[in-house]
Amino acid sequence: MKVLKDLFRDYRFVLSFCVLCLLLFLAFLTVFSPYDPTLWGVVPRDLKPSWKYLLGTSSKGQDIFWQAAFAVRNSLIISVIAGVVSRVIAVTVGMVAGYKGGLTDRILMFLSDSFLVIPLFLIIVMLAMLVRQMMNLVTLGLLLAIFGWAWDARLIRSQILSLREREFTQTAVLSGTGTLRLVLKEYMPFATPLVFSTLINNMSWAIGMEITLAILGLVNMDIPTLGTMLQWAISYQAMFLGYWWWLLTPVVLAILLFVALYWLSVSVSEYLDPRTRLQRVGAQ
Amino acid sequence: MAFIRRYLIPRLIQYVLVIFLGVTAVFLIPRLTPTDPVAQTIAQIRSQGAYLDPATVDQLIQDLTELYGLEGSTFDQYIALWKRLFRGDFGVSFFQFPTPVSVLVGRALPWTVGLLLTTTLISWVGGNIIGGLAGYFSRRRWAQALEVVAMIIRPLPYYIFSFTLLLLLSYVIRLFPIAGGAEIGRRPEFTWPYIKSVLRHAFLPALSLTILGGTLWFQTMKLIVQNVNAESFVQYAKLGGVKESIIVSKYVIRNAMLPQITALGLALGQIFSGALITEIVFSYPGLGTLLYNAVITGDYNLIMGITILSIVAITTAILVLDLLYPLFDPRVRYR
Repeated sequence: MKVLKDLFRDYRFVLSFCVLCLLLFLAFLTVFSPYDPTLWGVVPRDLKPSWKYLLGTSSKGQDIFWQAAFAVRNSLIISVIAGVVSRVIAVTVGMVAGYKGGLTDRILMFLSDSFLVIPLFLIIVMLAMLVRQMMNLVTLGLLLAIFGWAWDARLIRSQILSLREREFTQTAVLSGTGTLRLVLKEYMPFATPLVFSTLINNMSWAIGMEITLAILGLVNMDIPTLGTMLQWAISYQAMFLGYWWWLLTPVVLAILLFVALYWLSVSVSEYLDPRTRLQRVGAQ
Repeated sequence: MAFIRRYLIPRLIQYVLVIFLGVTAVFLIPRLTPTDPVAQTIAQIRSQGAYLDPATVDQLIQDLTELYGLEGSTFDQYIALWKRLFRGDFGVSFFQFPTPVSVLVGRALPWTVGLLLTTTLISWVGGNIIGGLAGYFSRRRWAQALEVVAMIIRPLPYYIFSFTLLLLLSYVIRLFPIAGGAEIGRRPEFTWPYIKSVLRHAFLPALSLTILGGTLWFQTMKLIVQNVNAESFVQYAKLGGVKESIIVSKYVIRNAMLPQITALGLALGQIFSGALITEIVFSYPGLGTLLYNAVITGDYNLIMGITILSIVAITTAILVLDLLYPLFDPRVRYR
């Protein structure tokens, strides 16, 4: 409880926490949706926001409020899959490279360096083009996960490198702890804060990438996500026809989501860093 | 000599290996996925409503196999790809048949390079100077206000930020043209009206890239300067009565600049991807828009060409930046 109390002293944490709760609530509302989000023409077209249709309706004859709820839910699902899977890769690569050292370390770090240097966006576009037919929330999440681990693996590796030199490693090895047990039991607790803060950043990156891929038409356009919603609005010329409610809904939701995720990650990692925590919480 | 052996040669080997890895990935990706590019292209032509009789289909399959470099074993194809690359031959674009990919890329490249060079330079220099000042005077109100603005802009992805800017500045307030690289129908020539038109069209994409990039440099620079500021040599200079302007420019910013050069090299790949995305938003006639059209038409050869050329260009730029680094940092000046 004390942790929460300290975190809530930061206005950024309070704001981002509230916004994220609101968006999560919206995502859970989809359980009660009166419409199937993939169907067209279920409500009258091009209506302005009103009490009946809170955010108006689109030219596809869909209620924008419920579309937006599904979009937030699906974008979050993609980002959680991408984030969690790429965390698994990052932790594995970082720990193996950091603990084994030598040639394994050099090969793995060369790989992650290449990932940082090569414009990955183009490679992702190439891959997405080829698997376009079987694109759904899970495959898209996995596709993004393959490319989201490089920088974070580096961070975890450098942490393991410093842990390996500490005394408790010697003690553990000499008292017969196996490598796997040592890494999971002794090192993992140190790496956990890092894994959490990079998870949030990675989720944010995945949502942004999904939007970009949707604009290129490389995702399944029938599944409502923030990206596909925006792409439909653009391709129906919502901008020139003046249907601002259709165009602005995904844009505003996306901005809220990105800012909230970023502020949450900054606030939490400042709290986890003992140097900045002292400044914030004060000596007690 | 030690410099060549210890620094230059390993760095060059790394450079060659990264390009090798990138090209190999571009080669392997279509072969690892279960879809057949030839079948996919034919299906696409069919879905556009064209009728193909069996003889034409056979001829088409043969042509496409040759075009995509799919003859012989996988290893033969791989060798053939490298041979073609060394000749600078990236094949022909399928949907703008028979224009070679290199011609299409060459046409788009000056636009992207111009946009990228100016915006990276302005955002890096500007972001560092403003960030440095904000870090040095971090208790002032304007510095704190800038920090909040940066906190809002920083997490936005390129697409969302550019699109918001487009909505605001060329749709709500009709200040700038919505799309294009110059007025439609104007011939490229070296006259003031043409240059003015190009600049006016480039302004929004450039602004969006500059603000997004600048925010990143602003934030990191502010943090670094706050740390340098606490170092004893700065405190000593203050106590010794050195003028504040000299402390800021000579003592603090100069020291804080160095990690930012390394960071620029690391961020270049992402900045480049961001520029491509921004070009798509504004239909700016560079590589990004070329890529967009290639994706829409399924022009696989063109995408491969763009990707390989981009990998080579970005890794080369980073190599040059790395080799220039000692010019700025006297501590690693090679002997």
